[in-house]
Amino acid sequence: MSELTYFGNEIHLVVFKLGREEYGVNILQVQEIKRMTEITRVPHSPDYIKGVMNLRGSVLPVIDLKRRLNIPPQEHTEDTRIIIIKVEEIAVGMIVDAVSEVTIINQSDIEPPHTVVVGVTADYISGVGKLENRLLILLRSDVIIGIGQELKVS
Amino acid sequence: MDLNQYMGMFLEESREHLQTLNNCLLALENDPSSLAVLDEIFRSAHTIKGMSATMGFTTIAELTHEMENVLDLLRKGTLSAKDDITDILFTCVDILEQLVENVASGLDKPIDVQSLIAKLSAIARGEFSAAVSAGDVSVEDSRPVAKSATAALKLSDMEIGVVRTAKAQGMECYEINVELRQGCLLKSARAYMVMNALEELGEVIKSIPPVDDLEQENFDHCFQLFVLTTADAENIESIVSGISEVERVTATVAAIPELSQQPVQNTTALLEPIVNKGEKTPEHKKEKRLANELNSQSIDKKMKSGQSVRVDIDKLDSLLNLVGELVINKTRLEQIGLIHRLSELVETIEQMDRVTTDLQAVVMKVRMVPVSQVFNRFPRMVRDLSRELNKEVNLIIQGEETELDRTVIDEIGDPLVHLLRNSLDHGIEHPAERQAAGKNPVGEVRLTARHEGNNVIIMVEDDGKGINADIIRQKAVEKGIITQAEADKLEPSEAVRLVFLPGFSTADTVTDVSGRGVGMDAVKTKIESLGGMVDVETKISEGSTFKIRLPLTLAIIQALLVKVCDEIYAIPLGNIDSTINIRAEDIKTVQSQEAILLRGQIIPIVRLTSVLNIPNACLHNQDELFVVIVHIGEYRAGIIVDTLIGQQEIVIKSMGKLLAGIKVIAGATILGNGHVALILDVGALKQ
Repeated sequence: MSELTYFGNEIHLVVFKLGREEYGVNILQVQEIKRMTEITRVPHSPDYIKGVMNLRGSVLPVIDLKRRLNIPPQEHTEDTRIIIIKVEEIAVGMIVDAVSEVTIINQSDIEPPHTVVVGVTADYISGVGKLENRLLILLRSDVIIGIGQELKVS
Repeated sequence: MDLNQYMGMFLEESREHLQTLNNCLLALENDPSSLAVLDEIFRSAHTIKGMSATMGFTTIAELTHEMENVLDLLRKGTLSAKDDITDILFTCVDILEQLVENVASGLDKPIDVQSLIAKLSAIARGEFSAAVSAGDVSVEDSRPVAKSATAALKLSDMEIGVVRTAKAQGMECYEINVELRQGCLLKSARAYMVMNALEELGEVIKSIPPVDDLEQENFDHCFQLFVLTTADAENIESIVSGISEVERVTATVAAIPELSQQPVQNTTALLEPIVNKGEKTPEHKKEKRLANELNSQSIDKKMKSGQSVRVDIDKLDSLLNLVGELVINKTRLEQIGLIHRLSELVETIEQMDRVTTDLQAVVMKVRMVPVSQVFNRFPRMVRDLSRELNKEVNLIIQGEETELDRTVIDEIGDPLVHLLRNSLDHGIEHPAERQAAGKNPVGEVRLTARHEGNNVIIMVEDDGKGINADIIRQKAVEKGIITQAEADKLEPSEAVRLVFLPGFSTADTVTDVSGRGVGMDAVKTKIESLGGMVDVETKISEGSTFKIRLPLTLAIIQALLVKVCDEIYAIPLGNIDSTINIRAEDIKTVQSQEAILLRGQIIPIVRLTSVLNIPNACLHNQDELFVVIVHIGEYRAGIIVDTLIGQQEIVIKSMGKLLAGIKVIAGATILGNGHVALILDVGALKQ
């Protein structure tokens, strides 16, 4: 929870859209935001991994976040972005429908996840933030990336 | 002075010199009279002594000093390098190794060197009677020689003539012994200063060792000068001792015989014995000096060819990365040049291409180290081990100049030690046993390294008794690794491979059975972690061969880019035999496995669409198909591709932890257009 208390009672979030929902990820984990680029499919990789991309000379895996969260797919548009996050020295890209803003949310405005969602995807969520009349789903990047759940090699 | 910054250098160099000592002692054992080898040993010991004294490791310095005394006698031919002496020298090297490693690990574990030192000095004093054979007790060391008389021995007839003339002119000839402080860093400079000071007083007619050697620091801490001067001894001493780092100086009037006679005869038992520094008759000395000169020439050459800089491997890694980036950008520029057709740009790019290619080659070479670095320590190990086991073994090393990436070199030492130990322990039989079997009583272990495509093959072969597959089978069943039924099904060659299974390597396997098994699974794991493979072949009573295949781990490789549907893949050129065109009907099926016949060989066909799970595979009814024939070891396969794009050098990039372990993909690379292409792991196609 240390990262949440870093700014005292406030956390800075990068807010992005997946379908009609709004999500947030801690800004400290975000390395950069890129436009959609060429992604190379990697055979025999988990289905939520879209492939690998070239980030200035290094090769990064790219996660199809919608697939990971069981959200129906959609055509990529002008607004589609790749958010590069880095957790525990592992850098990964996440495809999102659009990046809207950077915002600050108060710790007290965050509800624990189980009040809203149940099921598998509940693991991926650290809480739900209330921002005026919007709801921001806060993601747990480490679980999304799959740290600790080593690739099952068939 | 903060010596810590030199610590790394000290350790590295000490280890190198210890390695040289080991090698040379082995050589000396084979050829005890070789002066060149002795000189080499002497130099190494001497360097270690100097370095350790400078760094303040007195135990090491003390031990090497005593070694030097013995070596000096060997070099002078006073002693001969008999087995017992080389044994003691080997022990010295071992102890030195321990001492150096203690320094490295920062341990302060006291090692007793006194007994060894005592032994050494006993030898040096000539008391080690067993070691000194009667014939070798030379005139000089058994017969005491007067120190004052030695001046005559040290000067040639002509020089004596010069001295006489000078004496007639009222000058005196002084023999000046100068001793520099232990740990003096610039010996040659000090020697030069002493010379200069003396030149002001008179004329230096001779120096021992010769001036050349003084300049090259080719001497211990003492040297002798003969000076013609009108000044008195006290004067000389005070001037010379005024020079810094001069520990002691003595000036004595050199006794010059009235006539040049045979000095050896007129020495008597009354005079002070000099055993340690057994002096030489003029003839001997001349030879010696000649040898010295020759040696110093060869040292010169060595120094020139061996000039090197030690670089941290991390720096090389980052350099390699940068070169990789450069190669990617160059390829990109090439494509831009092609699109825009600017002749000037294309020319510049061509230039750049040449430079980057060279740069790349150099960087790769810098990281490559000959396997001799690892192989060098084996002769000694085999020697010791064969003595311990009472076996006679001849170790033959071939291809030690084969180069491998530094990172691989650092890792293969232990597995090779395991394999060699096994060959000696379990492979090679005792001499009597061998003789009974009609073999040469001296066993042979062959350690070879060679390149094979993008791989390096290292083999450990012995002509011992081989591995009995039945015993291995039985043992594996006993250990519960496999069931009896499984064991019965195994071919002998497969059964032998059971030794690589974990759990097979327990202590009682070593003693009970002839089967090998000491840490074989460890060997296999290590080799595989390096991206290599290990295999064994054996024939009962003819011997066994362990074959290790290692990648060069080149970060930049030549590859063929191919297109399958819309995806581009790179196939390492090292794995490619050829590319051929076939017609669809050339593909036959054998039990529903597709194959083609190529020059009488049946080659299985691999369809990448299925191997790579290419989604909604584009169906094309091409009549003509491109097939890339690849090989890995003996295995061959034909890969059907849609288009051959061309050959290109690619930089292997890892895909990160998240995607590590995907079987058919060996890595990724970035193409000239910035897209990522995956590299096929040809080895994985076999499954």
